[in-house]
Amino acid sequence: MAAAGDHEVKLLGFWASPFVMRVSIALNLKSVGYERLDEVLGSKSEVLLKSNPVYKRIPVLIHEGKPICESMIIVEYVDEVWAGMGPSIVPSDPYDRAIARFWATYIDDKLASAIWIILGKLEGNKEEAVEQIAAMLPLLEDRFKNCSRGKDFFGGDTIGYLDIALGCYLGWIRAVEEIVGVKLLDEKKTPLLVGWSERFCVDGAVMNVMPRADDLVELSKVM
Amino acid sequence: MATAAEKEGVVLLDFWVSPFGQRCRIALAEKGVEYEYKEENLSDKSPLLLKMNPIHKKIPVLIHHGKPICESLVIVQYIDEVWSNNPLLPSDPYERAKARFWADFVDKKVYECGTRLWKLKGEAHEEARKDMIEILKLLEGELGDKKYFGGETFGFVDVAVAPFTAWFYTYETCGKFSVDEECPKLAAWAKRCKERESVSKSVHDPHKVYEFVGKLKKKFGLE
Repeated sequence: MAAAGDHEVKLLGFWASPFVMRVSIALNLKSVGYERLDEVLGSKSEVLLKSNPVYKRIPVLIHEGKPICESMIIVEYVDEVWAGMGPSIVPSDPYDRAIARFWATYIDDKLASAIWIILGKLEGNKEEAVEQIAAMLPLLEDRFKNCSRGKDFFGGDTIGYLDIALGCYLGWIRAVEEIVGVKLLDEKKTPLLVGWSERFCVDGAVMNVMPRADDLVELSKVM
Repeated sequence: MATAAEKEGVVLLDFWVSPFGQRCRIALAEKGVEYEYKEENLSDKSPLLLKMNPIHKKIPVLIHHGKPICESLVIVQYIDEVWSNNPLLPSDPYERAKARFWADFVDKKVYECGTRLWKLKGEAHEEARKDMIEILKLLEGELGDKKYFGGETFGFVDVAVAPFTAWFYTYETCGKFSVDEECPKLAAWAKRCKERESVSKSVHDPHKVYEFVGKLKKKFGLE
């Protein structure tokens, strides 16, 4: 089977975006070559405005000229189009799938806004935001116990949908820990998640696309 | 002898006027699945609801053979995957991604904007009115000249939007605009949806919705 030509798959992104990272990881898991078109902070390219007129934001995957938007929707698309290549990303059992989709939505609702509030990019109470993250993590620890069934990832032996949904935030979680001086991922409170996060970050599909916490801290100063 | 509902093992925890609950009812009806409907009192939530959706404590919750599925679009996808007759999502990955995108758009935009429209006054109300018209026009743009969002067949996006047609009257009255005038194709689509048994049996009369919102407004001291 021929691998996808680089020109066929383009990813409009930005190095620091956790949402873009989700797509990169999915493409890497499937060994799909792609062209990265990075946006410049503070401006939106013509390509972006044309390919995502509704939200005007990254990530956008452009495959054979057609745009696909919204990170977890793109991840499912990648899993379906390149189904024969690499590991399955979305669980095969409908109930497991429903659980994974539920938790991905929950993570996006709670974690993203809490991080931006702590960084001062969104209005809100910073202390409450830190507490919100602290309250989430034991739930996710429990979820990991249930999903992983003793294996390395939420998805089992390989990185799956929920690993991608949560793992993309790890860079920013570490950046927030540095900025605020609070330990969010604590091996005493959520040892399984800490172990998982370490394995996730060194995985071949993730390593080169996970931003360094230091770089994110620097970025948050100029954003 | 077990009833059909008991054999299927499907229970839906719901609230009569909820458009999110109605999505699940429509999907189950489209698939011809018998289920037990349980009306929740939202000011006195049942132990079953609190047990089945401990994270959000919200309806709808689908319980299938004792296992809960939460979040309306997650539930609809689950229904579509478990009962494969009359597929709601198309089979082509790109079309599936588009359908998921637009259903997600409805989730992100319609209810929140509608709430602003009936709750707020002055400039905020004017903004909500503009936003609602823009949202409906975007939906109309996606519908185009198709019979349904799903093309010739009633699909995932149709299920996602159909319950909100009962709220058009409320939005029109609060916002002083006409869906017929602003979005004639969407208005025509809404009429076609009402002719489907799955929709007419699941979605309430627009005047009942308006009455319900009126009661909410009194409760919030807005009348």
